[in-house]
Amino acid sequence: MCIGFPGKIVSIDQDNYAIIDISGTRREVCLDLIDEDVTIGDYVISHAGYAIHRIDEELAKDKLDLLRELIENEIY
Amino acid sequence: MKYIDEYRDPALAKGLLDKIAGLSKKIGQPVTIMEFCGSHTYAIGRFGIRNMLPGNINLISGPGCPVCVTSIHDVDVALHLASQKNVIFATFGDMLRVPGSHGNSLQNTRASGADVRVVASAANCISLAETNKDKEVIFMGIGFETTSPTIASTILTCHKKRIPNFSVFPVNKVIPPVVIALIDDPALNIDAFLCPGHVSTIIGTNAYEPITQAGRAAVITGFEPVDILEGIFMVLAQITKNRKTVAIQYSRGVKPEGNPRAREVMTSVFYRGSSEWRGLGTIPESGLLLKESYKAFDALNKFEVPEIRSIEIKGCCCGDILRGIKTPNECPLFKRVCNPLNPDGPCMVSSEGTCATYYKYH
Ligand code: SF4
Repeated sequence: MCIGFPGKIVSIDQDNYAIIDISGTRREVCLDLIDEDVTIGDYVISHAGYAIHRIDEELAKDKLDLLRELIENEIY
Repeated sequence: MKYIDEYRDPALAKGLLDKIAGLSKKIGQPVTIMEFCGSHTYAIGRFGIRNMLPGNINLISGPGCPVCVTSIHDVDVALHLASQKNVIFATFGDMLRVPGSHGNSLQNTRASGADVRVVASAANCISLAETNKDKEVIFMGIGFETTSPTIASTILTCHKKRIPNFSVFPVNKVIPPVVIALIDDPALNIDAFLCPGHVSTIIGTNAYEPITQAGRAAVITGFEPVDILEGIFMVLAQITKNRKTVAIQYSRGVKPEGNPRAREVMTSVFYRGSSEWRGLGTIPESGLLLKESYKAFDALNKFEVPEIRSIEIKGCCCGDILRGIKTPNECPLFKRVCNPLNPDGPCMVSSEGTCATYYKYH
């Protein structure tokens, strides 16, 4: 039930609601709970109609690259 | 990045499985890892992770399905509230078929005339209340720290908009007190916990310190196969090095400090009180109740609830399954009588319930 979806912000309205795109499906989510400034193009994790976290794209990419590298190079 | 496919990469999964095999051989002894998030239970079943792991790695499921841990008495109270006159009872869909006493459920109650609606967000109740001014909209507040801030935020909005006909039946629960109860359970012997990703998005790492202080490993883990395998790998690495810390595997979704703003919203509306968990009994400080200043939004304050004598479902082992001391196969009703079309207990109703997952994937 604590399922959260990563989605990309497509638009934000004056009531602090955003439309996000989750692999082609659009949903409306409230931005009142997110603790960072977000803009169009940002990825957020949403749960039960609210965005709860901004995904740091750089960090996510780095982490994945690191994991790949460590596995390939047998260091981990 | 789509944040989904990348974490289902078979090559990465294979690489991690090899590493897991290496470490588990080194450890030699059995390792019991509990996941206490329903979404983990579901993903572990769906991707067949349990069967990929070395024989000495034992994954057990804990009380992480909010629907499943709702006590039968709270289900009965929900049924009572839903059948009051001029009430629209709104709930997440997962709750609809959860059986209360005598096999009643919200679904049955709806069939006999109650206005029960399924909503995807507590926020949907705002417009529901505005367009049905002559009715009371009651929302069933289930869920852990991931969900509770969304309900608190909805209450704040209704407070600001002065919406008088909205209230919440508060059965929300928090995770840390239960984890602590489980560490000390002599029947379990847990070596490590896969901590829930999205609960931790809100609460961060601090709340899990008691786990590592008790000498157990704790890794906050995401929900895709690569996440879960990496989480298990990180657990084994902590055990091998004998250095236990609260680690974050799911760093794209969790910051060490969590989400302070969401916590603030949650604690401005709710305070911690004791709560009854199915299978685990009453646990102090494990429930979220409405603060005095928001009592006007408490359904239990608005409606008289008579004394209800709830009767546990005969033969259902959900309680023991939620504590991790039994698996569904050990329930005499599993598959024989109890199945997803005819669920006897909540663990078979919710798609995240341990019994439903075992039924589908084992
Ligand atoms: S199989 Fe059915 S009856 Fe048995 S514990 Fe699971 S939900 Fe309860």
